[in-house]
Amino acid sequence: MKIRNMMIGASVIATLMSVQNAEAQIGKPYIHDPSTLAECDGKYYTFGTGRGGLISEDGWSWHDGGVRPGGGAAPDVIKIGDRYLVIYGATGGGLGGGHNGRILTMWNKTLDPSSPDFQYTEAIEVAASDGMEDNDAIDPGVLLDPNTGRLWVSYGTYFGFIRLIELDPKTGKRVEGNVEKDIAIDCEATDLIYRDGWYYLLGTHGTCCDGVNSTYNIVVGRSRSVEGPYIDNVGRDMLKGGGKMVIAAGDRVVGPGHFGRTVLDEGVEVMSCHYEADFNQGGRSVLGIRPLLWKNGWPVAGDRFKEGTYEIESERRGYALELAVDFVRMKQERKAWFRLDPNEPVVPIENQKLDEVIGEWPKDNINVRIGDYMFRPHQRWTITAVPEAGGYLSNPYFKITIEGTDRALVATSDLEVTTVPSFTGSDEQLWRIEQLTDGTFRIMPKAIPGQEGVNKKYVLYSIADSTPTLAEWDFNSDNSKWNFRNH
Amino acid sequence: MRRFSIIVFLLCVTLSSITAQKNGPSLDKYFSPVTAEAASPDAEGFIRRWLLLEPIDKPNRTNIVFTDSYLREAFNTEYFKGQFTTFPKDGQKVKAGKQKLAWHALDSKLFNVKLFRFASGLDKQIYGVLFWAVTVIECEEDIPNVRLAVGSNSASMWWLNGEEAVILSGDRRMVKDDCTSPRLTLKKGRNILRGAIINGPGMSDFCVRFIDEKGQPVNNISITTTQPKK
Repeated sequence: MKIRNMMIGASVIATLMSVQNAEAQIGKPYIHDPSTLAECDGKYYTFGTGRGGLISEDGWSWHDGGVRPGGGAAPDVIKIGDRYLVIYGATGGGLGGGHNGRILTMWNKTLDPSSPDFQYTEAIEVAASDGMEDNDAIDPGVLLDPNTGRLWVSYGTYFGFIRLIELDPKTGKRVEGNVEKDIAIDCEATDLIYRDGWYYLLGTHGTCCDGVNSTYNIVVGRSRSVEGPYIDNVGRDMLKGGGKMVIAAGDRVVGPGHFGRTVLDEGVEVMSCHYEADFNQGGRSVLGIRPLLWKNGWPVAGDRFKEGTYEIESERRGYALELAVDFVRMKQERKAWFRLDPNEPVVPIENQKLDEVIGEWPKDNINVRIGDYMFRPHQRWTITAVPEAGGYLSNPYFKITIEGTDRALVATSDLEVTTVPSFTGSDEQLWRIEQLTDGTFRIMPKAIPGQEGVNKKYVLYSIADSTPTLAEWDFNSDNSKWNFRNH
Repeated sequence: MRRFSIIVFLLCVTLSSITAQKNGPSLDKYFSPVTAEAASPDAEGFIRRWLLLEPIDKPNRTNIVFTDSYLREAFNTEYFKGQFTTFPKDGQKVKAGKQKLAWHALDSKLFNVKLFRFASGLDKQIYGVLFWAVTVIECEEDIPNVRLAVGSNSASMWWLNGEEAVILSGDRRMVKDDCTSPRLTLKKGRNILRGAIINGPGMSDFCVRFIDEKGQPVNNISITTTQPKK
């Protein structure tokens, strides 16, 4: 905010505001070809091509520090039992054709390099390509089938087919006698996921490694069998180039690739990727994390939550969160409709202004309720990021204030919500906003007075059509869900 | 993670032309010689019978140069005599610059025509290439309101009976029905379909079919690479 006060030109303002509305993670999230996010002892990890990986305490701010031996390219990681299986591609780097890759696996009890248990096992080769066959054995993605417990790996690049192999989840070795199967062409950086009876194959299309001109994008096909065929939304087999878009460029980032899915809670999912270039971070390749939505059985990236002024609409009834203050009627010269002169000029009516009503509002705490949305000042909430407060996987924490004021929404020790006259930055005034798999949002206070640590349980909740409270998260209840509408 | 492919290509392109490794798959894994009888499209309507010209050397360090204007210039350049007008014979040779190149009449064993394997199987240049393909679509009667549907790796341009039908620009991967022509008419008798496919470091291939108003394959055609009857 100090910087904003110093700003002079409108263009500078615009630029810095877009920085504040960061599309990628913050800190030093510089990575290429990231693995699916892994959680270990309360920290998040992702590994990339060439060296090591990134670590985050909260999922929002990332820094260097992950350790992965073997170099190579585009790893993936999965926790199986109490161990982590890391899988990566080793490639000759190009001479003599450059497609003689190898896929290797290794185990570790922990991903924390400072742990006394941190030690990788010897790498085991599970697949290879000879350099001229229709496959390039790098870019592995791993799936532990929740139905069967079988461990599958997809791998490959634009050079020929994407292939599927099976590993032994106890050893990380190739299942004896397993024969690789072709499941897609003309993509790379694949990943397999499972949801509601469908196996999904995510692949990256477009041009990699060309900075701000990279056209990398992630597409998907699905199948009832892990072995395919993977078909897109118009019936095309991924063996014929099919794929439905999951995420492409936008909001000053380009080239999303290397999909990874992380399920945080029922109905709360994120996808990780890298952006080939983040315009706000000098065009560097950075880690990106976005909400993962499911629409008609297809995954699609949600947008990072954008600051702004919104109606906060309950999914339960469609009413709006508002201050519990007197409804101030607006004056209007009214005539019976049959006395209106159709030729009389139309004069627009201005919105009710804050200055016209705020004098009637109490000066101390004001409770909140949910009511008919009339785009009145007591119903207009400005959502602003509070970068110094940290964040979570998909966003920084936000403050929620009445538009044009510093009056802030706050969680109370008795699991209710109210507003205080001024935002102080305390944790109970910070809000975690996450887009859900159905496109609605959950809104959680960072902390609840009297309760230890970061709140991971209670959300803003419609206990009645007109009454908000805090209650335990329940994806299967519309009481837990909200929409942000700017209208 | 294509970085390594690009690095390879940059290294290799400086060594001028790149040829296939001797231990690559053989041509007959992907192609067979054409038969005497006219061919039909496959069940999905893909046209598998083509006369393919050995690759013309066309070095490109990267496929990002394949803008529409670049392609129109590249594809409208005459590389060999009769490029847009003559219908070649199997085995016929042409001279393109310093290269002496042969036409090959082949049936693809796959729905797509793997030009990369065509080149590698003949021990020819595989990257930094321009391929020409031509075939004949024979119809027993006019078939109006069909579209030529193409996917190619990388960019390509296609002509039906000498008229431009569709261009696929940019750094493309081969995707079934990626681009189509406007509605056009396959006329009764012989229709000559030509294509030019350009690639830098990619694994060149294409797939071509005709589709109707509902996107369904046009199958009531036959395909030949024979010369017209005199």
